[in-house]
Amino acid sequence: MSLLYRQGFLLLTLFLISLPVQAQLGVRQIHQERSLYRNIIVTEDSSRRCMRFTITRRNGQNQSCRFLENPERLVFPYAKMTLSSLLVQDDPQRILIIGLGGGTLPEVYHRLFPEAEIIISEIDEAVLTVAEDYFDFEETEQIKVDIGDARVYIKRAGLRGEKFDLVIVDAFNGEYIPEHLMTEEFLEEVKMLLPEDGMVVANTFSGSRLYDAESQTYHNVYGEMINLQMPDTGNRIIIASMQELPTRGELRERAEHWRERLRPFGMDVSDYVPNMSTEVDWNTDERPLTDQYSPANLLND
Amino acid sequence: MTDSSAALNNLLIMCLAFTSGFIIMSIELLGGRILAPYFGSSIFVWGSIITVFMLSLSLGYLIGGKLSLRAPSLKQHGFFFIVAAFLLLPLILFGNELMEAVFLVIEDPRYGSLVVSLLLFFLPTTVLGMIAPYSVRLLVIDTHRSGHVAGTLYFISTLGSALGTLATSFYLVLWFEVNQILISMGVILLAAGFLAIYSSDTFHENKRTLEAVS
Repeated sequence: MSLLYRQGFLLLTLFLISLPVQAQLGVRQIHQERSLYRNIIVTEDSSRRCMRFTITRRNGQNQSCRFLENPERLVFPYAKMTLSSLLVQDDPQRILIIGLGGGTLPEVYHRLFPEAEIIISEIDEAVLTVAEDYFDFEETEQIKVDIGDARVYIKRAGLRGEKFDLVIVDAFNGEYIPEHLMTEEFLEEVKMLLPEDGMVVANTFSGSRLYDAESQTYHNVYGEMINLQMPDTGNRIIIASMQELPTRGELRERAEHWRERLRPFGMDVSDYVPNMSTEVDWNTDERPLTDQYSPANLLND
Repeated sequence: MTDSSAALNNLLIMCLAFTSGFIIMSIELLGGRILAPYFGSSIFVWGSIITVFMLSLSLGYLIGGKLSLRAPSLKQHGFFFIVAAFLLLPLILFGNELMEAVFLVIEDPRYGSLVVSLLLFFLPTTVLGMIAPYSVRLLVIDTHRSGHVAGTLYFISTLGSALGTLATSFYLVLWFEVNQILISMGVILLAAGFLAIYSSDTFHENKRTLEAVS
């Protein structure tokens, strides 16, 4: 039922909104693909190419973008913020990324750690096709994609006793993070995959009531964590580690070491250190999210 | 039977049909939430759930219609509700254990979700499906009006389904845990069942009194 409703809604919205968006100055739609889950649209303007899931707002929401001229420079602040987590744990040899998008993160991590094994869990096969066709993404010996639901992948990986030094939660369905990838039970399952020095990095949003619930949920499972928010972005990155977290002084030292290596991606990693905070800045009375109670998208007003 | 008691009786049957429609869709919607931790929220998980609900309802219609042939009574009607309430118990009590067992045995989440949907939803939904055709039999007095009665009943129970879907997805999941909602549904089914049985007794009493007077 809900699927039919969603698709109908999607078509209607697309119809109503596609005209003004296409008329937007210089942004051309170069590809459109209808998958089981969404419409995937690839747009291009003079400087960048983007993957977009649904057009629910006037400008739609870009999932992934890259510059046409310097493709290694990262477009989105959240990707740079994610990379800055290398200051917490700097040598991941097995990496699990939930959500492929245009394949930006796997490529960056592969460039930094050519020996590392990177596995991406992506629910939508069409996203893989578009990433391959329009964003030069390629599956290799080192970079593998598992098509399926991440929750299922993680449960099975846990049963097999697999470990990942780094798990990046970057799953979006166009609206927000899927509800079953935000609950305490899910985070416990992720925790099972982490070795003693493992780390989980989650790409979420600041603002909205969900901020409190989400923070409370991560905190319940991982204890103290680093919250990274940068001015002028709506992004928030949660960094939780199985080890004790580094102090700000240590982060600053490591930033010196990483600065040059991360510069080609269009960032100065030391800019991020002052905004990394372990402070509990959310309302701790907020109900944490569980498999029994997870109205995530309804809280995200 | 007086006109007013018959009208009251019909109103009760309509309310019961509304309730069952509401609860069927509420459970179906929660089904997606219940299965997601084990089988994800891929499109085939919804496929499994909807298939099982449609299958159980179709079978329920068949059985309900058949049962209405032999001495239909409001009492038996109420009994369906009580049975359905008890059939929700495995879902509430052993849902996770059952899903875990299936998850371990069946690798493919398509068949895993189908099997789990069958185990968890087939029986309660089948019994809930028996209610609609049985209600038609309780309401129909002459064949001439049977289409009208059936139409009104579909209207009421499907309206219940629509509201059940809306209420659950918009509000109930925001306020309550999944199991709290399921338990409430079970309690409502029990209450509806006992109400039907109680009304059936008073209905018969009225009828006897009327017969004695005449």
